[in-house]
Amino acid sequence: MREKLIYALAAAGGLWLVRNLYVILLRLPDEVEQGAIYRIMFFHIPSWFVCFTAFFVAGAASAVYLARRRAGIDALAVSAVEVGVAFTAVGLVTGAIWARIIWGIWWTWDPRLTWALICLLVYLGYLMLRRAIDDPTERAKNSAVLCIFAFTSVVITYKAIDWWRTQHPGAVLSFRTGGGNIDPFMETMLYQNWLAWLLLAAAFVMIRMRQEETQREIDALRRMAHAL
Amino acid sequence: MRFARQCLTVAAKDLRSELRTKEAINASLSFAVVILLLFSFVFDPTGDTARELSGGLLWLVFAFAGALILNRSFSRELQNDCLDALIASPVPGSALFVGKTAANVLLLLGIEIVCLPVFGVFYNVRWTTRFWPLMLVLALGTWALAVIGTMFSALTVNLRLRELMLPMLVYPMLIPALMSAMRLTTVLISGEPLAGDELIWLRLLVGFDIIFTALAVALVDIVLVG
Repeated sequence: MREKLIYALAAAGGLWLVRNLYVILLRLPDEVEQGAIYRIMFFHIPSWFVCFTAFFVAGAASAVYLARRRAGIDALAVSAVEVGVAFTAVGLVTGAIWARIIWGIWWTWDPRLTWALICLLVYLGYLMLRRAIDDPTERAKNSAVLCIFAFTSVVITYKAIDWWRTQHPGAVLSFRTGGGNIDPFMETMLYQNWLAWLLLAAAFVMIRMRQEETQREIDALRRMAHAL
Repeated sequence: MRFARQCLTVAAKDLRSELRTKEAINASLSFAVVILLLFSFVFDPTGDTARELSGGLLWLVFAFAGALILNRSFSRELQNDCLDALIASPVPGSALFVGKTAANVLLLLGIEIVCLPVFGVFYNVRWTTRFWPLMLVLALGTWALAVIGTMFSALTVNLRLRELMLPMLVYPMLIPALMSAMRLTTVLISGEPLAGDELIWLRLLVGFDIIFTALAVALVDIVLVG
């Protein structure tokens, strides 16, 4: 059943992405000021939304783990963080490519960019902490605490464009500005691409969770073999 | 009241054991002076440049030297299973944490108070023009460093790589506080008052202290007891 769900999610996400690519690359006209490069925004913004969603899921799962102590929930937290980190990297790279064309530089120490990088470093620290602890219960407990701390950096990254005057463009999506800053069709495409990536990310998280479960089973068998 | 007394007992115990052995404080102090010396090669240490860089320079020194003290905070208790005895004692985990944080704050402030005149002499900077506001920023920044450092010291105490992991986890987490403390220190050492835009940084620093102290006190029992 779960196997089928993973295939269904991945297929739906993949097909939707192909359809979105067709619309983005062939149907949508070039933007007036930025030219063709603006199309990278259809990947840049959704990848950040997916990474924020993944980190939120990880934070919530960590809080639930501390209350319930189920190994499966810890597996969800680590899987969501790993997928989130991958999407953070995609967000940083696509942003850097856009900046190279529009600003003429790959990187600038602007608050939004800096916080995004901090976010990546904090979650890489989380993954490193997990590797450093051998005992599974201790690992799950301590990394859950760290994950709750780490989520503050996600909130700051999201709000950075409101709190500081940044070189990074301000809010354009209508749920933050009230509308008028972006063509409605382009905005719809952004959300569609976000949902397509979200489906794929959900499939990745489920695959990663299955690996965690298998790992736990292998560890249990190994312990049993040692005991015998 | 009882909670305060328990915190004080833990803080007094930590301070006493540190002041008797002087293990971490000596290492941290000499390390701080070494970094201050090394920075003099980074730029031409004349008054103006030093004043402009003062906040960043000082807080990097405090953060690096502080890591040595914070690292020892919980790992000191590993010998003779002292940590287990502390956890088994009637003191709640939050009192243990607040006590240890308070002791770390005092030790870090001690180091900072020694570093400031050394910095003033080495780099030809008059740092006393805004003395009390500077002390306020030092206290708030040090509290932030100590709260995050003590919490993560508890998180990493049982790791083989704890000396490596602690700075890896603490510094990225600490950036909002470090950023505001650096900014405010630069302003104060340049002799300007804390007003206008600078108050936003002060608010950020106070907010950081409150949020992370609350979060750490709420979660420390889980980390220590399980």
